[in-house]
Amino acid sequence: MEALRLPIAMFLQHLANAISLGSLYALVAIGYTMVYGILRLINFAHGDLLMLAAYVVYYSQGMFHLPWPVSISLSVVVTMCLGIVVERAAYRPLRDSPRTTILISAIGVSFLVENLGLVVFGGRPQSFPLPRFLDIGSATQIGSVTVENITFAIPVVTLALLYALLYIVHKTKTGMAMRAVARDVDTARLMGIDVDRIIATTFALGSALAAVGGIMWAMKFPQINPLMGMMPGMKCFIAAVFGGIGNVSGAVAGGFILGVAEIMIVAFLPAISGYRDAFAFIILIGTLLLRPTGLVGEKAAEKV
Amino acid sequence: MRSNKLIAILVLLAVFVPLLPGCIGGGDVNIGVYEPMTGSSAAGGQMTYEGIQLANELFPEVLGKKVRLFLEDNKTDKSEAANAVARLIDQKKVVAIIGSYGSSLSIAGGNVAKTKQIPVVGCSPTNPLVTKGNDFYFRVCFIDPFQGRVMAKYAIDNLKAKTAAIIKNVQDDYAVGLANYFKEAFISLTKDPKAVLGELEYNTGDQDFTAQLTKTASLKPDVIFAPGNYGDSALMIRQARTLRITVPFLGGDTWEAPEFMSIGKEAVEGATFSTHYSVQAAPIDASKKFVDAYKKKFNKDPNAFAALGYDAYMVILEAIRVAGKAEPLAIKDALVKTKGFKGATGTITMDANRDANKSAVILQVKGGKFQYLTTVEPF
Amino acid sequence: MRVPAEQRRRALLLLGAVLIVAWANGDLRFAGVSGWGSYTVRIINLCAINAVLAMSLNLLCGFTGQFSLGHAGFMALGAYTTALLTMEPATKKMVFFMTPQWGPLQNLLLPFLPALVLAGLVTGFFSLLVGVPALRLRGDYLGIATLGFAEIIRLILQNVRRVTNGALGLKGIPPVTNLWWTLGTATFTYFALRNLLASSYGRAFKSIRENETAAQAMGIDLFKHKLISFVVSSSLAGMGGGLLAALLTTIDPVMFKFPLTFQVLLTVVLGGMGSLSGSVLAAAIVTYLMEFLRVVEEPHYLSFMTIRGIPGLRTVIFSLALVVVVIWYPRGLMGDRELTVATVTGYLKKRWPGRRGAG
Repeated sequence: MEALRLPIAMFLQHLANAISLGSLYALVAIGYTMVYGILRLINFAHGDLLMLAAYVVYYSQGMFHLPWPVSISLSVVVTMCLGIVVERAAYRPLRDSPRTTILISAIGVSFLVENLGLVVFGGRPQSFPLPRFLDIGSATQIGSVTVENITFAIPVVTLALLYALLYIVHKTKTGMAMRAVARDVDTARLMGIDVDRIIATTFALGSALAAVGGIMWAMKFPQINPLMGMMPGMKCFIAAVFGGIGNVSGAVAGGFILGVAEIMIVAFLPAISGYRDAFAFIILIGTLLLRPTGLVGEKAAEKV
Repeated sequence: MRSNKLIAILVLLAVFVPLLPGCIGGGDVNIGVYEPMTGSSAAGGQMTYEGIQLANELFPEVLGKKVRLFLEDNKTDKSEAANAVARLIDQKKVVAIIGSYGSSLSIAGGNVAKTKQIPVVGCSPTNPLVTKGNDFYFRVCFIDPFQGRVMAKYAIDNLKAKTAAIIKNVQDDYAVGLANYFKEAFISLTKDPKAVLGELEYNTGDQDFTAQLTKTASLKPDVIFAPGNYGDSALMIRQARTLRITVPFLGGDTWEAPEFMSIGKEAVEGATFSTHYSVQAAPIDASKKFVDAYKKKFNKDPNAFAALGYDAYMVILEAIRVAGKAEPLAIKDALVKTKGFKGATGTITMDANRDANKSAVILQVKGGKFQYLTTVEPF
Repeated sequence: MRVPAEQRRRALLLLGAVLIVAWANGDLRFAGVSGWGSYTVRIINLCAINAVLAMSLNLLCGFTGQFSLGHAGFMALGAYTTALLTMEPATKKMVFFMTPQWGPLQNLLLPFLPALVLAGLVTGFFSLLVGVPALRLRGDYLGIATLGFAEIIRLILQNVRRVTNGALGLKGIPPVTNLWWTLGTATFTYFALRNLLASSYGRAFKSIRENETAAQAMGIDLFKHKLISFVVSSSLAGMGGGLLAALLTTIDPVMFKFPLTFQVLLTVVLGGMGSLSGSVLAAAIVTYLMEFLRVVEEPHYLSFMTIRGIPGLRTVIFSLALVVVVIWYPRGLMGDRELTVATVTGYLKKRWPGRRGAG
């Protein structure tokens, strides 16, 4: 079992890497879980909105040389608009259809966005621009452990967004409306809530989260291509399910744990590093079968 | 009812339209090209096609007839590759085909060409299986067993490496093959069965290599051999440098793309890899002609894949000239006899397996550009 | 004894069809010409294979209402099984040049039919292992779980190099697939599924699709029937995969990723979830269009200008088609009606009453 004996320094380095990765998964998982929690929709296109946000920043920086805050804001706004358009065009007409129909539509939208991206942006990976303090070689040394600077930024952003989201959902009227729609759409409508508007708002919020997630993702892995959203989409969805789908704090926990698990598996069992992605799926299936409500989820009774 | 009528019409169309012949010019020589213009290998396919197009523009005629190029996109998909070749042969009535970037695609397309007895010249597929067992497949590039040996020898002779580690994309047949050949050569050249300290893996689409890198670094190898496509590798080397891993990185011909440096930035300084061709090592007159023409048309230095595309086209034209006629079987026989052909990427001679016995070039990233280091003759 | 006109007509139609297939396949010469051109034959083969895949997915998604996204994984299993069983030992040796193959498989060689059947059985067995845990889930969750299983299967196939040659893939699979095999399997699949769906099992499947709780209340064993549907669907997918392997003569794990399932799903939705003939038609249309639309991607040389093609447009069109169909024509082409000879002749009789008089 020689592989299992790891010197402390290396273990700590692995841990640092894991926290870095996990916080990124957590950030994207929040957006996923929020949309699912309110709309019961697995938005397959979430990962692709992530990709679009990254490209908006890429083009706005590369072609127009906009300053960073403008780029990021522009990206978030564009992604939000796109999210609302997708919701109007592809999901709203199917609101009364069986869930699987919407899922098919979501899959179709995802492929559509990816392939449009391939046609418009080209399939070649491009280099994502980085602000000075995050650029090459920017890392902090803590003892023998090297930590990328971005690792400090991501959890901060994640937690900030988490609190902002929790505030919105629990302390504002819109948030209350969202929770009402999540509980029972028809009653919410009867209570006078403009369901269409609330759902659009939910989507806009979720897309904004995807955008921030995408920008952070591209900052950590500065290589973008139109298919970059597939894996994050899948893995972060798994993280959200693992943490308890619909529960934002659960998504954060799930993201961290998934990131840590992935890194640790490669660290301790390098011989099966080729199976790394399989573990995410095994975690998914395990969660769905053994504890479908995830780590923090509440039990939902099946309505007849 | 409308829909039933629509169905009937569609069915009839589906049955009869394929019977319509494609449009073909009477006395033209049709050459087909199948490359991945979309999909994950789009970059390679596009780069190669640029070279082929250039050659066609410079030499648009052979034996007094016009040469028409027909391009089919194989979408980096095996089934599409086979369809593309079938379509080129059946509908465009091509007498020879060029392609494809990506050995697994070449194998799929090659099978169709073999059945229909149309010769195919591959520009850059380096997997030995492409030509094994297929008399109609040729290539103008070297193959991976040689390429692996080249990098192993470089590591040992020039970098004085005694140990190595490998991080490879286990989903990519190119990376798996090349890594294997590197390992064999490294072990046999160092005469140390434990010289390769470890082999770690990742999958296409993975972006986080920190676990594999940390693990590899702990083994303390002298060099890391990391064949894979340039996007992933550039990212990997960046992460390595951020983790303060200073071990030199070695790779293969897929690193040759400008994005390798735009993504990798300062991190990939010193990264060294083998490839087919370098502008700075332009060996012969034929190369110079190609380089000048390419610079004139595209305004940048040519890369190996464009040069190989150019050579594939030229080799076919030469074979047609030697054969005296644009007939597939005659072209194939002439291709077999290709000897000492002076192409942009060097002298091309087809060996018994229809692979080109060629020298490799080693490039290194210096000052944000590819710097030519040395040429390695076949050994 | 006089053979009734109806049967006589059917027998003639069948004979005609067989003759056409024989000619198209190159087995029969007619006026000195044989075969329909390998490109066209190839497309028809692909149509038939896609029809098998679409019908099998339709059984599970359209008729039993179980949304599964794992089809590609089962196709992979069938493809690899068929390939490994039909490749010549000498070819295997050449292909496994990096990691020598696992002993017992090296010299195993079977004729195509047993290999294909075995592919179906092996896939069926593995689908049992997948189905037992997965079918406890419902709706979206089942879809995601089967997607996960398909990826796991694919990753396993990619990593067990001694059995499958890993990423290097297999080449030199004997090109057995021809029109007889593909059209034969498609016809077999159609009639087998039609009979299955007309039986009590079929009724159980449909009732599960309509309302699981009600079906359960009527005494139908939900799990057993879901599992049967799942296993049959997957076994047929495995056979489709085997036919595909023998058509392409080369396979690798990368072929069997999610986009492949997407293509089959697209076909099923287009044809109508709940119509076998719809799936067949949609398979023909989609396969044909995929090739026909190459026109928009190719450069066109007109005498006065060259129209540049836009590569990648085909997939955009198909993704758009899926979204459009699922929103505005959710019943697809055929909804849940079936196209049979009777409906076609009935329709023709209605439009042109002719000598026989109205209807």
